[in-house]
Amino acid sequence: MLLAYASILALLVIATLFAGGSLFASFLVNPRVRDTFKHTAYECGMEAVGTTTVQTNIRFYTYALLFVIFDVEALYLFPWAVVVRSMGAIALVEMAIFLGILAAGLAYAWKMGALQWE
Amino acid sequence: MTEEILQPDISGPVFNHANGRLLMPETRYWPTDMWKSPWSLPTYRRGAAVLAGLITGGAAAAWFLGEIGPRLAPVYSFIEAYALAYGVPAVLIQIFWTFIKGGILLLAPLVNALFAVWWERKISAHIQSRMGPMYVGWWHGVLQTVADGIKLFLKEDIVPDCADKIVHWLAPVVVVIPAILVFAPVPFGNELVFADIDIGTVYVFAVGGVSVMGIIMAGWSSGNKFSLLGGLRSAAQLVSYELPRTFAVLPVVMLAGTLNIAEIAGFQAGYWGGIIPRWFIFYPVVGQVAFIVFLIASVAETNRVPFDIPEAESELVAGFNTEYSGMKFALFFLSEFAYVLLSCLLMAAVFFGGGAAPLPFLEFLPSWAWFLSKVLILMFCFLWFRWTFPRFRVDRLMDFNWKFLLPVSLLNIAAGGILIWLLS
Repeated sequence: MLLAYASILALLVIATLFAGGSLFASFLVNPRVRDTFKHTAYECGMEAVGTTTVQTNIRFYTYALLFVIFDVEALYLFPWAVVVRSMGAIALVEMAIFLGILAAGLAYAWKMGALQWE
Repeated sequence: MTEEILQPDISGPVFNHANGRLLMPETRYWPTDMWKSPWSLPTYRRGAAVLAGLITGGAAAAWFLGEIGPRLAPVYSFIEAYALAYGVPAVLIQIFWTFIKGGILLLAPLVNALFAVWWERKISAHIQSRMGPMYVGWWHGVLQTVADGIKLFLKEDIVPDCADKIVHWLAPVVVVIPAILVFAPVPFGNELVFADIDIGTVYVFAVGGVSVMGIIMAGWSSGNKFSLLGGLRSAAQLVSYELPRTFAVLPVVMLAGTLNIAEIAGFQAGYWGGIIPRWFIFYPVVGQVAFIVFLIASVAETNRVPFDIPEAESELVAGFNTEYSGMKFALFFLSEFAYVLLSCLLMAAVFFGGGAAPLPFLEFLPSWAWFLSKVLILMFCFLWFRWTFPRFRVDRLMDFNWKFLLPVSLLNIAAGGILIWLLS
């Protein structure tokens, strides 16, 4: 089992070498011609107005918060799902209560308009 | 001097530029009314013959090769015996062999990108009554993607002046490393797994999630408002669709009682009544709902149409990869298609029995051949969707996930519990 994780480490080394190596090899052979307009931001083919340090929509933030809640729930669900067949009815009831609370949370977020895109 | 205008002669037979063959007038263009009597058209008959030949030849080659695992075992024992004779420590041989296997595994996303891009262009073209790439390579432009890859490799790498140079360079690396790493616990056939770890399912979702960070880095560091929007949209979308995708696998895990992907695939071996395969897709209601939720969420996770708002070319130029060129762009492309392959592999392993044959009398073919054919059929669906569904609007996309897919997948877990209770 530990050997399997060690082989993932080996794959990480291979992947890093591939990603870095291909970029470096490309850097060695590609042309570099300096041009004033080539290095401007390409937005509409026109000169860009303003910078990108602008205020962003808070909606993305709400989704991230909801994601964290449900992803942690998924983390609890996985070990439960592995043993549920051997544990029988009591595990099913317990998880039904847990899922019920989280579903109520989702319903609450829905009702309060957290899922509403403005 | 009058300018000579070239008019195509549409009366007689013409030469096809791609292969120099003489084409008869009725086969010169893709016939748009072929659905009326398809078998009367020579192109249709020839295409069907080529497809049948490819399938038969592939099946014959697969039958001849047999399972790959037993073929590799003598190679390993040969290397081991040779190295041990020269006093090389056994640990070093193991490490060497692991790196060889890792190098072979690295070929999976690379070859997949070369093939899938060509295949996507051909499918797109044929759906739109075009020919697609026809010039590079000896047959229907099969080497087009190789040529494109070489071109991208030799292209200048343009970094905008307003970009954050380090993050701009790091983003494609951060995207592509997880895209290669996710393949470690995924089986390609029976006992054809790189790293047979027990938490395979969780590992795939966890490592695959790291790529989101690279996409946000790309969007943020480009110094381009469209890229920033694309990156943020992609963060919201990928993070949201990750949930139903994870929950869709849970009923399978509950029934199989393991997180190991290879073991989940092995759990589905055998047949009900000697004819219906015990694949998870055939479990009543739970299996079909889980598969459809997983398929939809996978299409969204891979940023493909109809969920391609992070790189919607008609509204955001090219989204998060607008400012990328050359090899960096190639790495983004590679990882995108690597995730398509990963989704197809996962679906084949989890819902379609992995290397199991669909009918008992077809078991003479090796498991990797069945795996590959299932993956190719699923990948065809991915490429087909692009020309079938229009793009979602960004708010509808979020509503669809949070107000439909997520409740459905939660209910499906409950349905899986009921199914287990009925089975016990």
